[in-house]
Amino acid sequence: MSDHSAAPGVTGTAPGAAPPASAPPASAPPASAPPPAVPATDERGRIEKAARAAEPRGSTLGRLLDSGVGRNLGLVAVLVLLCVVGVATADTFATTSNLLTILTSASIIGVITVGVTFVIIGGGIDLSVGKVMALASVWATTVATQSFGPVVMVFCALAVGAGAGLVNGLLIAYGRIVPFIVTLAMLISAQGLAERISGRRSQIVTDPTIAAIATTRLLGIPLMVYIFAAVVAVGWVLLNRTTFGRRTFAIGGNPEAARLAGLDVRRHTIALYVLSGLCCGIAAIMIASLTTTGSSTHGTLYELDAIAAVIIGGTLLTGGRGTLIGSILGVLVFTTITNLFVLNNLETEIQNIAKGVIIVIAVLIQTRARRSSSG
Amino acid sequence: MTPLLTMRGIVKEFPGVRALDGVDLDVDAGEVHCLLGQNGAGKSTLIKVIAGAHRPDAGEVVLDGTPVSFGSPQAADGAGIATIHQELDLVPALSVAENVMLGHEPSRWGFTRPSDAEALTRALLLRLGHPEIPPRREVGRLSAAGQQVVSMARALARDARLIVMDEPSAVLDPEEVRNLFRVIRELTAEGVAVVYISHRLDEIREVGDRVTVLKDGRTVARDLPARATPTAEVIRLMTGRSIEYVFPERAAADPAADVVLEVDGLARAGEFAGVSFTVRAGEVVGLAGLVGSGRSEILETVYGARRATAGTVRVRGAALRTGSVPAAVRAGMGLCPEERKSQGLLLHEPVYRNVSLPALARFARAGFMRQDAEIAAAGGVTAQLDVRPADGTRAVRTLSGGNQQKVVLARWLLRGCTVLLLDEPTRGVDVGARSEIYALVRRLAAEGVAVVLVSSEVPEVLGLADRVLVVREGRVVHEAPACDLDEARVLDLVMEGTAHV
Repeated sequence: MSDHSAAPGVTGTAPGAAPPASAPPASAPPASAPPPAVPATDERGRIEKAARAAEPRGSTLGRLLDSGVGRNLGLVAVLVLLCVVGVATADTFATTSNLLTILTSASIIGVITVGVTFVIIGGGIDLSVGKVMALASVWATTVATQSFGPVVMVFCALAVGAGAGLVNGLLIAYGRIVPFIVTLAMLISAQGLAERISGRRSQIVTDPTIAAIATTRLLGIPLMVYIFAAVVAVGWVLLNRTTFGRRTFAIGGNPEAARLAGLDVRRHTIALYVLSGLCCGIAAIMIASLTTTGSSTHGTLYELDAIAAVIIGGTLLTGGRGTLIGSILGVLVFTTITNLFVLNNLETEIQNIAKGVIIVIAVLIQTRARRSSSG
Repeated sequence: MTPLLTMRGIVKEFPGVRALDGVDLDVDAGEVHCLLGQNGAGKSTLIKVIAGAHRPDAGEVVLDGTPVSFGSPQAADGAGIATIHQELDLVPALSVAENVMLGHEPSRWGFTRPSDAEALTRALLLRLGHPEIPPRREVGRLSAAGQQVVSMARALARDARLIVMDEPSAVLDPEEVRNLFRVIRELTAEGVAVVYISHRLDEIREVGDRVTVLKDGRTVARDLPARATPTAEVIRLMTGRSIEYVFPERAAADPAADVVLEVDGLARAGEFAGVSFTVRAGEVVGLAGLVGSGRSEILETVYGARRATAGTVRVRGAALRTGSVPAAVRAGMGLCPEERKSQGLLLHEPVYRNVSLPALARFARAGFMRQDAEIAAAGGVTAQLDVRPADGTRAVRTLSGGNQQKVVLARWLLRGCTVLLLDEPTRGVDVGARSEIYALVRRLAAEGVAVVLVSSEVPEVLGLADRVLVVREGRVVHEAPACDLDEARVLDLVMEGTAHV
């Protein structure tokens, strides 16, 4: 690790500034101030100067570079590039309606990606999201559930999502099975349960309130986009401004250190999977409204799209580091590609090849950028 | 005689940091050349240059009369240089034999020959005095000391001309260190050169021939005789001041102070049994024992990080729920774990977030972090401990070992605790930071904190603790005030019954 070895030379304890060994005696008052030896200031100055040079933080520029957008400059560049291509190849690309189409189609996978980002930063993985969403959509749209009205339908979708997440979390935290296996098993069984409940048929949404979600516009912008934005906003605050978010980073970064510092790692792990399931529940209502059906075929391979978006967004698959903004940019890049292909009447096969290439390029650029910035 | 390895004016820069700033080093064939320097003096970087992991920005390296420039660790390996790193670079899931032969597997027509590999490995382990390590055992299941031996065997398997050993004795007990020295002497008798790095001056006197001292990335003294140079001189060269680290004076512990920690009949199947002791407010109790004696396990079980199979732990009279770290922390306990990097720190996170970790709720209102208050409070304690550099937003991984240890201590200072458990608080910590940590421990005791200290270094236990418990094979075999014990007596107790010379 080259970044680790940058430490010697600057960070060694400054010999001249260390307190003389004879003092302070045990009963002395807190040794808050270093002794005012003359070489001390010298040595300290050297260290502080080297430190500042080594890590350009604290400045406005540094803070910007450290923010979600800054760390994902490569991704922003890709997005801009895609827009340029869009404007050049399709007259309709830069229209308001097309941009709203992109945002609307990004909204469902976007909501799921928020939950997946939390799980991955917390050191886990959730492969079950797509099919948990399908199961929630089916459960919420059975004839029986629909007869209780829209509130119960929404409650059902959220409860099914959160319940599946709870099962995932319990098995991972207390059953000590690796997340990959647990959530893979959940993917398969959620698919099966959804097929069983629906009898492999699409269940039509008859409730007018739920059906109206996808068609409602406020100030010309679809309600779906507001839901997406709201989930992202709440997620961002939760991740970056609360103890919950702080614990998520700690547990993903070093679970043993977090545990020994007194954090309840298992309870927090469960909470992360419940959160991911809850996002699936929200997405289930959105997709039921958009397609006016609840179906076991919804959400196929959504887990891979969401994970790909998180990874190209710069979140470490091993946990501990990542940004929600990056994940959302990742979702937007993928959705924009799809949009470009549709506008230009290109085949979806080529579209998938392009997506694969973009994943690799984006990650390459980001690892390069990180290496050069961290030394 | 021309030296085997000559380095002149080696410079290595990282962005903003000149880690090496003109290092000279001469190593002769058949000698043990010791490299001394505080943490951050540039030893690790120099080793990486020798091992081919870093390419120097300036300076020349001459191996056996030919100038060389290693672009990769493989190139250094091919030239006969083997390195045993401080952080072991073994593959835990592979067997002992597979690790020893990694990259050089005996093979015929592309098929590996596991029986040859095992036979070779067995011979090497025997030579290292460890015939009890089975070549087929998974490396991850060996003890730290066992892994060290495997690392040594790997270097031997290469028929290296120059072996670099970065603090090989840190995880070894005295018996194993003696074994290591025997192997080193055998190697040098065959003309192999050894570059030996250690913080322990007594080891350097015992095994070393010549000493090179680094300070702030420069060679400050070259080719000193290892045995004849006075300790005071070596320390003066390393630190730029002429003191030996000493333990702070202790105020006699108040025998009437309240008992804060009571451990009664604590046991864990297969690890230790029947451990009982009490610690009063203001008292420092030391646990002395060999690696593998159960001392760290006892400490972690008291803390709830391991679930006890029997016994109770009480803090101020209230029994703790067994196997629950959050319960222990709420009751006022804090632990500085043995492995600072893997158990203690969030290496990529800034200093202040590492410090505030157990006290997050204090800086939150309805779950929302008040980051300014957090940074200010964390900065307060890190300034008190003189953590360098003082910038609390730097990632912890960029700090030196001693400063990282202070960050872990700062965590419990910020939270405030009534019982502080310290596991090897000065491992890999340089002399200057050591005396600061000692002073801090005594200061906390003076403020009424009950401290339990585990250390491999007997002088440290004797110098810092009021009372010492000697642990052997999972049992407390002796308990006495520190002033009634000396190093020889403790070593005798610690090793009694083990197969030693």
